[in-house]
Order: sequence, then structure tokens, then C-alpha cells
Amino acid sequence: MGKYIVRRLLLMIPVVVGATFLIYAMVFAMPGDPLAGRCGERPCNPAFAAKFRADHNLNDPLPIQYAKYLGNLAQGDLGETFQQVKVADELQQRYPITTRLAIIAILFELFIGVLAGVLSGIRRGKFIDNLVLVSTLIVIAIPTFVIGSLAQYAFGLKLGWFPVTVSPQATWFELLLPGMVLGAISLAYVARLTRTNLVENLRADYVRTATAKGLSRARTVGVHTLRNSLIPVVTFVGADFGGLLGGAIITERIFNIRGVGGYIFQSIHSRDGVAVVGAVTVLVIVFLFMNLIVDLLYGVLDPRISHD
Amino acid sequence: MTDKTTSSDLTKAPDLDATPIGITTPAGGEATEARSLASDAWRELRQRPLFWVSLAIIAVFVLMAIFPQLFTRLDPTDADLAKGSDPPSFTWNGAWFGYDLQGYDIYARTIYGARASILVGVFATILTSLLGVLIGTFAAYAGGWVDSLMMRVTDIFFAIPFLLGGILFMTTFANDANTGYFVIVGKVVLVLAILGWPSIARLMRGSVLQVKPNDYVQAARALGASPWRIIRSHILPNAMAPVLIVSMINLGAYISAEASLSFLGIGLTPPAISWGVAISDSLVYIRTAPHMLIFPSIFLSLTVLGFIMLGDVVRDAFDPKTR
Repeated sequence: MGKYIVRRLLLMIPVVVGATFLIYAMVFAMPGDPLAGRCGERPCNPAFAAKFRADHNLNDPLPIQYAKYLGNLAQGDLGETFQQVKVADELQQRYPITTRLAIIAILFELFIGVLAGVLSGIRRGKFIDNLVLVSTLIVIAIPTFVIGSLAQYAFGLKLGWFPVTVSPQATWFELLLPGMVLGAISLAYVARLTRTNLVENLRADYVRTATAKGLSRARTVGVHTLRNSLIPVVTFVGADFGGLLGGAIITERIFNIRGVGGYIFQSIHSRDGVAVVGAVTVLVIVFLFMNLIVDLLYGVLDPRISHD
Repeated sequence: MTDKTTSSDLTKAPDLDATPIGITTPAGGEATEARSLASDAWRELRQRPLFWVSLAIIAVFVLMAIFPQLFTRLDPTDADLAKGSDPPSFTWNGAWFGYDLQGYDIYARTIYGARASILVGVFATILTSLLGVLIGTFAAYAGGWVDSLMMRVTDIFFAIPFLLGGILFMTTFANDANTGYFVIVGKVVLVLAILGWPSIARLMRGSVLQVKPNDYVQAARALGASPWRIIRSHILPNAMAPVLIVSMINLGAYISAEASLSFLGIGLTPPAISWGVAISDSLVYIRTAPHMLIFPSIFLSLTVLGFIMLGDVVRDAFDPKTR
């Protein structure tokens, strides 16, 4: 187990380096001069421009710039934006908000998704099964930004059940509707995954045994079948958490949430490369760690899978 | 499927239609009464109403993309500011979908918007599948350090969040007012392909690894077939099915991704007419003119639904486990 974790952590290093390099190179290639407009209507004082360029390593070629960045990153320093704001500080303010949003999304998709999946799985081929299958298809087909805009219009504006936009404090209640929007598509996948696995496991020998020894239907399904059927669901949700953090960009834009996604989007527009690379690096690392945790969890939940 | 393959079958490529997912036994070619999994799947498909519904949806939208003139005689670039954001009027000659802010007829805009979505979806699917199949097959067939290296590269691309990578790419290679229609569409296709191939490559690699140890592949090698021939006539036909089905589902997802990028203002840009752009533009006026949002949203969702539904039904038909 320990050896497996170490090996996985080592394998992460080239992935993080490669991914950040790709992002860095693209930011490097972005058109536009970061000094443009910095000093008002006139061009910058040459001394200031020289210091600015030197401070942000703008005179170095791409590989050197990147190596310097990576050196700082290895020491835990995410760098400073062109506005002299520490990226780490900015992220510290924004990550809790996006994390809260993702947690709401995960809870929503787990509860409703598993419930719908179980209902449709135990009544296979019946009306409710078809209803769940078709409605999940429809949810998957509607892009998040359409669901988000329509939900904002219907529940925020017309019915007034939820706040239309989210304040900078981003309370749990304010994030409820955006969280559900963010989790909607994953919810459909969770429901389908639960159903497929439940249907498959209901045919297993141990379920027949449980029925044969006279256990109630609720116990056969609830304890014996569901526990095994939920393993792939747990792993899906775990991997999804990393994806939701990155995918929140659209939801955050619709509901005006000051999260990581909005920060990255805004930084790309203001050509603030350090901020973009820093935020994406953290996202990539979270994503990779979630995948590792999921793989470890798989071994715990299903004793047949061993990592040794 | 009752009698096992004869030795003469080993040198002959099993044809693509006769090969199911994951199951690698070549179907008995000549025996007419033996039903291959493909014909089984086809029998199953024909009975599913969802299959025909999704085919009909796709047919309508493809027709709309090729010949938008069939659906409307209005010009989508014809604006009348006096009619700006007029609501729908349900008279015989009225604008059933209303007008947008610039006074464009929303019905005509929505019809002409199909072209961009279908183009992006189809070409992004083709390009990702090509890249993914090529890299996945090569990695699995070569094995060893080549395999490890290529999978690490795949991991790198896989770890970049899809939307963020897309935004970054589109900002770096931004469009301006003079960029031609096909260049704009081509860029979106390219970014979807660059970020989308890793999942196909992984799938293909897994599939090839399953097929590679089979007897008929070993036999072909023993008979002195070149690697190219083994891959082309023995491995590819038997390993392609999962990729084909996933690609079909992905086609819907790419259309959705294109609209999301356009929604953020960086996918397709005017003069290209796109549902994503229309939805994005209408969001600000949601209080006063919700019709501007609703009609493009419905068309977009229906198109994505068509492709995802088709892929879903086909996958079910090919996967005996769900029967």
C-alpha cells in the first residue's frame, strides 16, 4: 500500500509539470503587452518598465521563465500577479467558496441521484424506470449554462425562492441553487450508474441466497445489493469533485459567484498569466489527488482489488 | 456462433459489422443462421422507439445545417432595429420566435445556427477519434516504454480542465472581426480535439490490449504478417466498437462544449451564427425578453439530446449485460 502511494505520487510529478508547462506556454503566447495601459494614457517610465519586466521575468525566454516559476512553485510560492497581489492570498479567499459550491453539488447528486437510481433499478422496465432513464438523458443533453440560466429565471426571478445572484459572502443558502445547477448533469450520471450496477448485482448469487434464506426485500436490496452497487458511484463522485471545481466556471459566471472559476476567467481576460497558471496548477493537483484517493478507496470498498 | 472458426478464417479480416464490443470471437462469416452480435443489436435497435426518435431528430438538424433555406425564407443577417426584442407573435405571417435585440428574426437565426453546431460536433468527433485511435493503438501495440511515455502524455492532457484549457486556447489564438467563418469553426474544432483525445486514447488502448493476446492475432503474426497488416486487419476491426459508440455520445457533448465556449464569449464569434452566442447575448435581457433565451436553448438541447440518445440506445443494444 505505502509503496503504491509513493509510486502514484511520483507519477504525479511529470503530469503536474507537463500540464503547468502547457498552460504556461499558452499564457506566454497570449497576445498583448502587460505594460499597456499600466501608467495611464502615456507610456511607462523606462526605469519602471525595466524594473517591472525584471520583477516578472518578462525578459527571459519561455523555458527560463518557466523554470523560475517552477522553482518558486516547489517552495510553495504561487507568485504575484501584475497587480502585486499574491496569488496564494487571492486563492485562499476564493477556494472556500468554490469548495462549498462543489460540496452542495456533490450532496445533491448523491442523494437525489442514488434515490432515482435505486427506484428505477428495483422497478426495472416499469414506468418509473423509463421515466428516470428518459429524464436523465434530457438533463445530460441540456448544457449547464442553459440549465443555469433557466433555473435563475424560473426560481430566482419568477418564483423568488432563491436569491438571483450570490453576494461576496456566499452563504450556504445563496449557493444552494447554483450548487444544484452545477450538480445536475453529474446527478444524471449517478442515477444511471446506480441503476446499471443495481440491476447487475440483483442477479448475483449472493442476492439469491439472501432472498432464499428469507430476508425481506428491503434488506436484500438495501444492505446486500446497494452496498456493492455503490462502489462505482462513490468513485465517480470522488473523481467528479475535482472536475466540478474546474467546471464551476460557468455556474459562477451566471450567478456572479466570486470563486476560482471566475478568478481564472477574469485573469485570462486581463492577461494575468501568473494568476491563471497558479489557479490551474492548484486545480490540477486537487484533481490528481482526488483520483488517487478514489483509487485507494476502491481498494478499501472492494477487497478483491489490491494495490500491492 | 455455434461452430468455432476454421483455420481459413484466421487470415481473413473479420468484418467490422460482425464484431461486438469486448467480445473478440470472430463471428461465423458464412453461416447464415448464426446471428452475429451486430445483427442481434440491429434487431434490438429496430424495436426501440428511442432509436427512431433520435434518428429523426438528427436527420432534421443535419438537414437544417445543410439546407437552412428549406426551413425559412428569411435572411438571418437581416436586422430591423425598430423591431428590437419584440416578443413572439403567433399570427400566420408573424415572427413565431420573436426578434432579438438587434431586430434579427430569432427563428431564422436559430435555423441558421444549426450549421455551426453540427459542423463543430462532426469534425471534432472525427478529429478526436482519429487522434485517440492512432495514439491508443500505437501505445498498446508497441507496449513497453513507448506505452508508458504515451500514457504519461495522455495523463497531462487529461489533467487540464476542459473548459479552462479551451478558454486559454481561444484567448491565445483570438478571433477578430476579419476572421473567416471556417477559420473560426476550425479553431473550436481544434481546441476540442486537443483537449478531447485523451479519453478516446485510453479507451482504445484498453480495447487493443484486450484484443492483442487473442489467438488469431498470434496466428497472423506466426504466419509472418507485418505489424501494419495485423493492426489494420485483425486488431482495429475488433477493437473499434467501444470507441465508435463513445464517439457518438461525445458528438453531443462536443456540441454542448462548443456552445459553452461561445457562451463565455470565446468559442464561435460573430459573424458566425451560433446558439451559444445567442444564448449568451440574451442572458442580460432575461427579465424583459425571455423568448430570446428560450428558443435557441431548446434547439441546442434537442440536438445534443439526439446524438446522446442515439449513442445510448446503440450502446445498450451492443451490451448484452443490460438486456
